[in-house]
Amino acid sequence: MGVALVLALIVAPEDADQGISQRIFYIHVPIALTAYFCFGLGAVKALLLLWRGDERYDLESYVAIHQGTIFGALTLITGAIWARASWGVWWTWSSNQLVLFLVLFLFYCAYFMLRFSLEDGPRRARSSAVYALFGVALIPVSFLAIRLADDFIHPTVFTRDGPQMSGTMFATFLVSWGAVTLLAYVLYRVELAGKHLDADLRELREALQ
Amino acid sequence: MMYLADVAALTRKDLRVELRGRDTLPAMLLFVLATLVVFHFAIPEDAGDDAAYGLLWVAIVFTALLGLARAWVPEQEHGVLDGLVLAPCDRSAIWLGKTLATLAFLLAAQAVALPAFVLFFEPLDATALVGVLLADIGICAVGSLMSAMAAAGRAREVLLPLLVLPLAIPLVVGGVGAAVSAEGGRFLLFLLLYDAVFAVLSWASFEYVVTE
Amino acid sequence: MIRGRGLEKRYGRKWVLRGVDVAVPEGGFAVVTGPNGSGKTTLLRLLAGLAQPTRGDLVVGVDRGRVGYLAHEALVYRELTAVENLDLFGRLYRIPERRERIGMLLERFSLWDARNDRVSTYSRGMTQRLALCRALLHDPELLLLDEPYSALDEDGAALLDRELEGLAGGHTVVVATHDPGRLEALQTGRLALA
Repeated sequence: MGVALVLALIVAPEDADQGISQRIFYIHVPIALTAYFCFGLGAVKALLLLWRGDERYDLESYVAIHQGTIFGALTLITGAIWARASWGVWWTWSSNQLVLFLVLFLFYCAYFMLRFSLEDGPRRARSSAVYALFGVALIPVSFLAIRLADDFIHPTVFTRDGPQMSGTMFATFLVSWGAVTLLAYVLYRVELAGKHLDADLRELREALQ
Repeated sequence: MMYLADVAALTRKDLRVELRGRDTLPAMLLFVLATLVVFHFAIPEDAGDDAAYGLLWVAIVFTALLGLARAWVPEQEHGVLDGLVLAPCDRSAIWLGKTLATLAFLLAAQAVALPAFVLFFEPLDATALVGVLLADIGICAVGSLMSAMAAAGRAREVLLPLLVLPLAIPLVVGGVGAAVSAEGGRFLLFLLLYDAVFAVLSWASFEYVVTE
Repeated sequence: MIRGRGLEKRYGRKWVLRGVDVAVPEGGFAVVTGPNGSGKTTLLRLLAGLAQPTRGDLVVGVDRGRVGYLAHEALVYRELTAVENLDLFGRLYRIPERRERIGMLLERFSLWDARNDRVSTYSRGMTQRLALCRALLHDPELLLLDEPYSALDEDGAALLDRELEGLAGGHTVVVATHDPGRLEALQTGRLALA
């Protein structure tokens, strides 16, 4: 399955016949969408934790947000590469999506700081869950804020090159998106399984003492 | 309504505690004034008038953080928070009482800071002032909750700014926009939206943060 | 009134309670003993509803407004006076005739003269007595006391003895203590934590 994944990821950009900046687009946007999806999943699990009270959801929420943050970091990196390829700079404030991701990245990094500073238990699970919910509320609100801020922050020197997608390009985009989503799902399951294993090992160790 | 009576009793308690202890408010006042003076030296001559508004908002956010860091300290001495949680009142009333009290302190500090700002830097019109009020509500609402979250763990002084600052970014946009932009009204509406969303979220989720 | 089976509580990596069963009938007087760290405080917190058991079933037959809890800590505001503290909790617990009840309790625990002084000026014994007033303020059906004698001097202890004698039978009481001998006469059941 992993091989198919990698193939899909490489084939997809190869199909794109435009310049490098377009090729990055095929990876950058799916990664961004996947990050959003992971954060959303994390919030759903968080809501389930608060509603149902089953601690199982804490781990699932955490792993989802962890994945989301990784993909978020990748979004910023691919975004920087894209900016470099398109406009010759590594960062621009005029790309609303990039700025949004920067804010979200900061927010979710703080999520891990929060978890790190609280002891394992229902307190940490609940506080994390509440924070995760704040995160998804922040996404649209931040986006609005950044749109409004365009007014007065920095003059838009670079115009965004929104690619018009024709049929084949759209197909390629979908393939790429599917591949990245699959990758995220696989990583999610792997990490979750790993965490469950850790927990089981720990319980065994304690039972033996 | 009993709920409002509970909130009033709790807010009154916070105001009383602060009046007796006098820890937080003087510190906030001095901090914001000192910051404004620092800014005078930090802004270059030709930076343009609008830059000052940006710095005003930085000062406001960090002053609010100062107040928020101390918000739950009275409840931590002698473990009083447990006593409040045990009471039959709605837990969200605890949050609301604390938020209103923190808001009162922030407004009090601004009652000195804003005239000082006008004196040192730039004038503030009605839109800007309404923006300050709305953003204050937002930051106190969210901050009270985050402060309670951080209080339960280690390194809480470091954690609180990390939790609050990303959430404060839209507020800064709203506040500066209200002061600077020709269409200030739009930003005020945005701040109203922020307050509605996050105040309700904070109000509803406080219960889960403070119980096991 | 209270029925718990297989109660277990974990904080982080540490198991504080393991497989504890507890049953207290209405009007019963249970004494919980055990060395430091055996989980007495944790058990009382579970009974008070301040914490949920990690495993096991627990049923406490009253809602939280009818529970009085005396913790290790006093649960009162340092910067407020005794009267202000009790008035706040009196409001939150919706006590009828608040003023009278507060005055009566302060008198009963010899705090009337210090009623308008801030708690920060109190001795440990006085603070503990105020904490007792707070726990008893709303005439709770279930009273949970965590080592109530620890900070009291002889006079304070005598006051508490008298109070407990009055409460036994009509109220359900659970006391965690190092000194079970003192309550021998009142107790209806004993739970020893390892």
